[in-house]
Amino acid sequence: MDPLIPVSYTINGKSVQQQVSVRTTLTDMLRHQMGLTATHAGCEQGSCGACTVVVDGLMVRSCLIFAIQLDGARIETSEGFADDQLMDELRRNFADRNALQCGFCTGGMLVAAHDLLSRTPHPERAEIREKISGNFCRCTGYEAIVDAISKTAQALPLEDSGK
Amino acid sequence: MKPGLFQYVRADDVEKAVSLLQEFGDEAQLLAGGQSLVPAMALRMALPDVLIDISSIAEMRSITLTDDVLRIGAGCRYVDVLRSEDVARAAPMLVQAIPFIAHEAIRNRGTIGGSLAHADPASELPACMLALDAAIVLQSASGARTIAAEDFFLGTYSTALDEGEMIIAVEIPAIAVNQHHRFLEISRRSGDYAISGGAFVLEMDAGIITAARLAFFAVGDCAVLAGSEALLGKPLNAETIDQVAQRVGEEITFYGDLYNGIGAKRQITKTLTRRLLAQFPGMEL
Repeated sequence: MDPLIPVSYTINGKSVQQQVSVRTTLTDMLRHQMGLTATHAGCEQGSCGACTVVVDGLMVRSCLIFAIQLDGARIETSEGFADDQLMDELRRNFADRNALQCGFCTGGMLVAAHDLLSRTPHPERAEIREKISGNFCRCTGYEAIVDAISKTAQALPLEDSGK
Repeated sequence: MKPGLFQYVRADDVEKAVSLLQEFGDEAQLLAGGQSLVPAMALRMALPDVLIDISSIAEMRSITLTDDVLRIGAGCRYVDVLRSEDVARAAPMLVQAIPFIAHEAIRNRGTIGGSLAHADPASELPACMLALDAAIVLQSASGARTIAAEDFFLGTYSTALDEGEMIIAVEIPAIAVNQHHRFLEISRRSGDYAISGGAFVLEMDAGIITAARLAFFAVGDCAVLAGSEALLGKPLNAETIDQVAQRVGEEITFYGDLYNGIGAKRQITKTLTRRLLAQFPGMEL
């Protein structure tokens, strides 16, 4: 059994104390210790993007960070957007446009899409593609995902565009 | 696909980091952004006994521009560099190059010092440092030294870092009025490793090239300068570009990778050279 070290975080707005092994990745801490299984463990080597979360306001890959490194950090996972209007719209448009099939990439895709639209509410299609370029989807061929994000953006008010 | 067990120690300043490096010697590895080291640990290609976490060292996170020298702390993440006005002003090449590095989620964690110390032959930053004629600032428990980027990269994953030393900053001469930076890479997919890449700095006076530093990456065992002399004293035109592309093809010792043989690398690098040179002022068509 690995020795355990106490660490504190704010996860989805709540203060959390956890005991972690030094080699526990953020992905595994979220999934196994917190039960937050919307963060998927895909390749576990930083290629696929299924484990995408937001740490201190920046989108990152949770499989490439050890949980012990983030003492005091603010972490947002897909579950943290349960009552978020923008995320609601993204989910609805993903479903309407069949932008998921097996769903394995979807949690990471939604976190990336939300991060994009909260910074750039009216992105070009090329910007959407660039933003999700680090997230693998092996089902949809991406076109439907770009459509769903684009449709969500079109419904956002123009005055917030920041352009 | 889980890392082996290691001892974890955190350094909150450079002094502590170099004293830990001295204490643990080659059993220890520095953990900065972790975007290359952690995947290698997940694959158990890297099995460090001790990880010294330097990611929270505040003194390595600053970017300053003084007396025409841009100093970037080794702990700066790609995203910090990309958002810096000083970098945009003094080293526009970095603003052109960083979007080519991996994907946004990686650029939000990966650090400048980490990329340079890792010295992956396919990575963008070592070539940028060569082209920009940067100096790399190293620190150990016994003192600091500065080394030219040209002398720092020795081969695949191999650098002039001595045991107990770490990179704390890079110093880049600010771009001069008559200087121009261009960066480009050719890859199969956005964010994927380059088949060939180039970071070029040209100095021009009345249409004549007075100084040139052409750096290449993903072509050999480490980032390399080539073909620069073939530009000196010449106007930038189709004839010069052909001569330079030829020279670049001859000077570089190409290595093949999994998908591209030596011949393909040479051909693609010559094409890259032509495309890049055609982007400089006076050649925009």
